[in-house]
Amino acid sequence: MTNSTLLSAKKLSVRFGGVLAVNNVSFDVRQGEVFTLIGPNGAGKTTVFNLISRIYTPTSGEIDYLGPDGMLRLTEQPPQNVAGLGIARTFQNIELFEHATVLHNLLIGRHTQRKTGLWQDLFFTPAARQAELQAREKAEEVIEFLDLQHHRDAMVEGLPYGVRKVVELARALCTEPRLLLLDEPSSGLNVEETEDMAFWIADIKNELGITVLMVEHDMTLVSKVSDRVLAMNQGELLALGTPREVQNDAGVIEAYLGSVDDVSSLHRQAANKGASA
Amino acid sequence: MRFIFKTDYAQDIRLAKHGGHVFWYGALMLVLLAAPWLLAEYWLAQLTFVLIYAIAGLGLMLLAGFTGLFSLGHAAFLGVGAYTQAVLTNAGWPFPIALACAAGLSAAVGVVVGLPALRVKGIYLGMATLSFGFIVEEVLARWESVTGGNAGVHIKQPVLFDWTLDSGDKFYFLCLLITVLATLGMLNLLRAPTGRAFVAIRDSEISAQSMGIHLARYKTLSFALSAALAGVAGALYAHKLQFISPDQFNILQSIDLLLMIVIGGLGSVHGAFLGAIFLISMPQIIAMVKDYLPASIGQAPGLQGFVYGVVLVAFVLFEPQGLYGRWLKIRTYLQMFPFYRKGLFKRQKSFQKSDRLR
Repeated sequence: MTNSTLLSAKKLSVRFGGVLAVNNVSFDVRQGEVFTLIGPNGAGKTTVFNLISRIYTPTSGEIDYLGPDGMLRLTEQPPQNVAGLGIARTFQNIELFEHATVLHNLLIGRHTQRKTGLWQDLFFTPAARQAELQAREKAEEVIEFLDLQHHRDAMVEGLPYGVRKVVELARALCTEPRLLLLDEPSSGLNVEETEDMAFWIADIKNELGITVLMVEHDMTLVSKVSDRVLAMNQGELLALGTPREVQNDAGVIEAYLGSVDDVSSLHRQAANKGASA
Repeated sequence: MRFIFKTDYAQDIRLAKHGGHVFWYGALMLVLLAAPWLLAEYWLAQLTFVLIYAIAGLGLMLLAGFTGLFSLGHAAFLGVGAYTQAVLTNAGWPFPIALACAAGLSAAVGVVVGLPALRVKGIYLGMATLSFGFIVEEVLARWESVTGGNAGVHIKQPVLFDWTLDSGDKFYFLCLLITVLATLGMLNLLRAPTGRAFVAIRDSEISAQSMGIHLARYKTLSFALSAALAGVAGALYAHKLQFISPDQFNILQSIDLLLMIVIGGLGSVHGAFLGAIFLISMPQIIAMVKDYLPASIGQAPGLQGFVYGVVLVAFVLFEPQGLYGRWLKIRTYLQMFPFYRKGLFKRQKSFQKSDRLR
């Protein structure tokens, strides 16, 4: 594992009307690590994801990214270039191509690697045929990696939620990413599926050497696979460190459970109630 | 039931997936080639119209069925193609060059119309294309020095360099050739990255973009290809009728085209053909049945529009997948006999974003 920085967010802020969704957040993602964003609902985790995949543009601050050809400013890239730079993502509310088969979805994931143009496609030249076979081979590797063989020719619209989640991960892997953004990979999965997901994330990091940046609520999964964790609350950075450090951080505990003052005030109320009764 | 034993990835990208395909499509091809000897002149002309509408239908299917962009002004592209062909043919240009120009000009107009498609969606795109249709119809009617205005324009017979296509048979073979080429091109696109990008845009734009698909480029491309096919169909249409006037390319024609692909089955290449057969055969069937109906119904004006409307409503309600969807069910029934279950094709109502395209 190298320690060079792959992605570096600098003083990111996003404002939607009166809401400051992300406020002055800076962090670095190192090459080859699993970096997790945690925080209560509305903390701005998904917004950070959308900033990286260029669905939103930050109000201020910027993101630098070590692309295939060296460091570049990600926030100046058009959104459709992000995948080509090696950043793939999954979505919190699964965004698959519903009216297509699993294989078809994975092949769309190969879009950035396409070698043929419109005319070659139109006449399906030998080059196009060759490119199709290569794309298929890569897709099959991913199918093998994620055990999707049974669902290869199934339409996505008929698949159960847990499988769709895996298909979305597979589609992201088909782009051959350097940085994989996973938005709540375990949401809606049962215990067994979550364990599989943890294995796969570890494999993606160790075997494929892909850096993973994820948003996740399940702390068991987070502590199992993450190298570093960043806690956010209400758009601001709370704590950054190993899973254990962050879990024991006073600020994080307060954000999730409320402060000691809150608890003691509850005590007083209870005591008063007891006295009056 | 047919079980296909797959041993090679190339099997999945083959156009004919198994022997049945080869046999049936080969048989269809033979029948179509023999049609001039089998059919009377009138019916051959109707078959030619089916082919012409199928080409336009393929174009609209690419746009609406595969890219998810609905156009309510597609007759305008048909009109641009038809008038380009008329003007160039009358100026003495050979058929292939005039046809290429008709397709090219339609595609260029398609790009211009496609530009609003980058910003607006759904019903708003429908409005934009609808108003575009009106604009083109108006231009065709007013630009009298070129189009001949509302009086219309006659078009000479197509000339393939030294060879004049002066009979219905020869023109039929020309239409058949172009239809086959258009269909093969479309099938090729759909099994290659370009076609997959269209489907991706249809099903989830945000996801398509994060897979690296340039939304603006592919939407414009889809409009251009769709308009080019409509332009080719328009050029053949002009030759077939030998006389064109602006009111042939009005909103009713646009609605006919849309009706055709919805009834045929959105999102399938077969649907364009089934829809074209429906569109051409329906007036014939109505004309045949008319005589047996009471005069108050049979002779009532607007009977055809009424029947079309009823059929469309019935399809939307009972068979959203169109004629092709119905055919798939029948085929499955026959293949699985006697094990077909009624709920086999029932759409599972899932509470996710899966119902964008019905």
